[in-house]
Amino acid sequence: MRAARNRGQLAGWALVVLLGWLVIYPIALVLLESVGGPGNWTTEFLRQFAGRKNEWSALWGSLWISAVSVCLAGAIGIPLAFLFARYDFPGRRILSGLVALPAVLPPLVGVIAFLFLYGESGFVSHLVRKVLRLDGPPWRLEGAGAILLVHAYSMYVYFYLFARAGLARLDGSLFEAAASLGAGRWRTFRHVTLPLLRPALTGAALLTFMTSLASFSAPYIFGGGFRVMTTQIVSTRLNGEYSLAMVETAALAALALVGFWVFGRGDRGEVLVGPAKGAAPVALRLHHRWSRALAGTSAWALAVVLLLPHLTLILVSFVPLGTWTTEPIPPAYSIENYVSLMSEPARLRPLLNSVAMATVATLAAVSLAVAAAILVVRRRVRARRVITTLLTLPWAVPGTVFAIAIATAFSVSSPWTGRFLLVGTFWILPLAYLVRNLPIAGRGIVAGFRQLDPSLEEAAATLGAGPWRTLTRVTLPLLRPALAAAATLAFVTALGDFVTSIILYTYDTRPISLEILSSLRDADVGIAAAYGVFLMLASAVVFALGGERREVEAR
Amino acid sequence: MSGAGSTPALPDSFLRLEHLTKRFAGTAAVEDLSLSIDQGEILALLGPSGSGKTTTLRLLAGFEAPDTGRIVLEGQDVTRTTPVGRRFGMVFQHYALFPHLDVAENVAFGLRSRGVRGDALGQRIGEALRLVDLAGFERRRVTELSGGQQQRVALARALAPEPRVLLLDEPLSNLDPSLRERTRRELRSVIHRIGITTVLVTHEQEEAFDLGDRVALLAGGHLEQVGTADELYGSPRSAFVAGFVGRSSRLDALVRRQDDQSLWLEVDGVEWIVARSPSDTWAPGAGERVLLVVRPESVRLANPESDVLSGEVVGRRFTGALAQFTVETDRGLLIEVSALPDAAAIGDRVGVAPTGLGVHVYPRVQA
Repeated sequence: MRAARNRGQLAGWALVVLLGWLVIYPIALVLLESVGGPGNWTTEFLRQFAGRKNEWSALWGSLWISAVSVCLAGAIGIPLAFLFARYDFPGRRILSGLVALPAVLPPLVGVIAFLFLYGESGFVSHLVRKVLRLDGPPWRLEGAGAILLVHAYSMYVYFYLFARAGLARLDGSLFEAAASLGAGRWRTFRHVTLPLLRPALTGAALLTFMTSLASFSAPYIFGGGFRVMTTQIVSTRLNGEYSLAMVETAALAALALVGFWVFGRGDRGEVLVGPAKGAAPVALRLHHRWSRALAGTSAWALAVVLLLPHLTLILVSFVPLGTWTTEPIPPAYSIENYVSLMSEPARLRPLLNSVAMATVATLAAVSLAVAAAILVVRRRVRARRVITTLLTLPWAVPGTVFAIAIATAFSVSSPWTGRFLLVGTFWILPLAYLVRNLPIAGRGIVAGFRQLDPSLEEAAATLGAGPWRTLTRVTLPLLRPALAAAATLAFVTALGDFVTSIILYTYDTRPISLEILSSLRDADVGIAAAYGVFLMLASAVVFALGGERREVEAR
Repeated sequence: MSGAGSTPALPDSFLRLEHLTKRFAGTAAVEDLSLSIDQGEILALLGPSGSGKTTTLRLLAGFEAPDTGRIVLEGQDVTRTTPVGRRFGMVFQHYALFPHLDVAENVAFGLRSRGVRGDALGQRIGEALRLVDLAGFERRRVTELSGGQQQRVALARALAPEPRVLLLDEPLSNLDPSLRERTRRELRSVIHRIGITTVLVTHEQEEAFDLGDRVALLAGGHLEQVGTADELYGSPRSAFVAGFVGRSSRLDALVRRQDDQSLWLEVDGVEWIVARSPSDTWAPGAGERVLLVVRPESVRLANPESDVLSGEVVGRRFTGALAQFTVETDRGLLIEVSALPDAAAIGDRVGVAPTGLGVHVYPRVQA
């Protein structure tokens, strides 16, 4: 038994080494390169960075865009959560599902949908131009405003989902208790609801801040002259100024860590909402005719706005190449885009690439997370703290940073990379996706393990089941909801990835997102939209499967 | 197996715990615990929370390894044997039924692990479920069952692979009080019918006394006393045992003199002549201050006279044929006395005098 314990400790340290190699080593390399690297230390690139006005405006741009995104997303998401959790009105159940729909659009797909809708020749712009009889387009979808629009649309979902989950966990008797103690509606909100929701809201704020700091698609497509750090890094690198790109990467990583620290401090009170025995507060039925009508109409109007990007994408995906020029609405439709996607090898290739790479990355991330969970939760190895930190770390580091770091670490055949020259091979992108997915998979699966009653595994042991039989027959089946959720999220993220892919892809391994970009460049909007629809549907199907599993288990 | 030759195995004890010590982060959960259990015997480990009874059971099951000491089963050292190799059956406090498997598959789990297949499998599942009166429940989901039924599935699952020893961790604590007594009866009858050696952990003395052939009382990781219910109640070896088993009051007393049968004590300034419990091994000397443990039936209500310990009735608990009165003496001692329900009322002034029944004296523990 003691030998088994030592084997566990050993496995723990082995995992630390593996995770360190995946997570720490590339970033450390970036930090080193930004000061010249061993042998030729220099502060030249740091001075270059500090001396350029562009760099400072990009850093500042990243910061304020992220801060405003948090405010906007909160301002939309929190009231929506309260509306749907507390009030009953016609269509509430359908709408509460639709409200989370922006989540099924991968960032790049959402951005191109916005382009078709609100871009200079988009549907809405055309309509406004017609109605107001303007000569030119009514606006330009460019700069900070455009980025914030996309961010608000895609990130309010975090606040909405977190706040709804938080509200659902609140024990209804808390509000009854507050009322019986004479607290009015405002006082209850201020002193009961808000403090109890704080962990959920700071969690959402952290997620929004980190996501918009790392946001690449929106600034890349809509940025124009507006600079943020993520796009700055890529363009510096394209200009061949590798060392300066390293400094920029380090600066973005530092900004992310500061944000992580600032918001992370408020994220400690998760235990505030204990396991509630009482039922969640029942939704209040709106009785007044006018308030019902108002709630219903505005909710449906909102749903239309939320659904417009999806509908646009579907519509445009049926537009054949070269048929849509100046008309407000495309004049011709056919399924030829989808046919070409499925039949032309050059078009099919990115689809297969993305699916294969996302599958590999997801399987690897889930397996690593399961191994980590066993060692951390069950074996309680001495390195457990280090392991959980390493698992969460990639979350605090923007995707661009990781892409650059991995490109740097695995582009040379050094003993540290096991003499594998990975850049330019099939394996580099799955590896990058894997690292980026470690937090998603790790968090969910470790949490699932923590909730698993250890006596179930002990029971299996007393019934004569060895470790392997216990794992396959008891532990993993019981963990299925957590595994499904983690795998779902990891797969969808990898499938639609753009940030890391644009830095690491080769022509042979090009994923869907890169093909979307090149179709757009060729003005082949139909094909771009068709790829977008594929990603959207894949995400929707996977989310639906994951969600259904969870409901089955809950019953 | 290394130590098998060093201590000669006693042929008459089936399962032995020898000087077991287990520390968690430096604190001893179990310290130098030795017990032996005969084949077919039911031993109850009784004690307050933190007494080490659950740790002892986990050491027996093989979930924890002792820091020192041995566990010997039929002369074979199993201290380092894995839970799988030990072949002990266990019923967990919260049953630990596999929620993703139905009743039959839960019972089959241990059988499959032991290589039972085909017709024999179905037959053994049927037997196990009949034993706990759950025939016909094969395809039910375990989450749909009542608490009592879940407990029986857990028992059937543990017994199906024919374990060498059955371990029960607080088997009745999750049941409604109304269900507890019936389930206890059923549990006892099943265990007796198959005659399996059983170790059970409980913090309820009624449960321990009813189910256990013998009871091992643990406190602070030590074994305080092991014996039948009668022995523990009638001849408690320490003040802790006397206080934990049954009801009692603790009084400070001064020994004036003594002989073989009696003690002359001064309690609260009044002289008490009490019978010595024949089992007490400790004999105080004259002039020594002692701790006196008095059962409610060892004292009676008397008239409050000057040479009688007197006080006021401050509590009365009706228990049927007799009531338990709490008397607060003039100097603030609390004594529990059994008497007929109409013997006194709250607020009455009464005296308390010893009956002929034995009381127990122990050395005073210096704080």
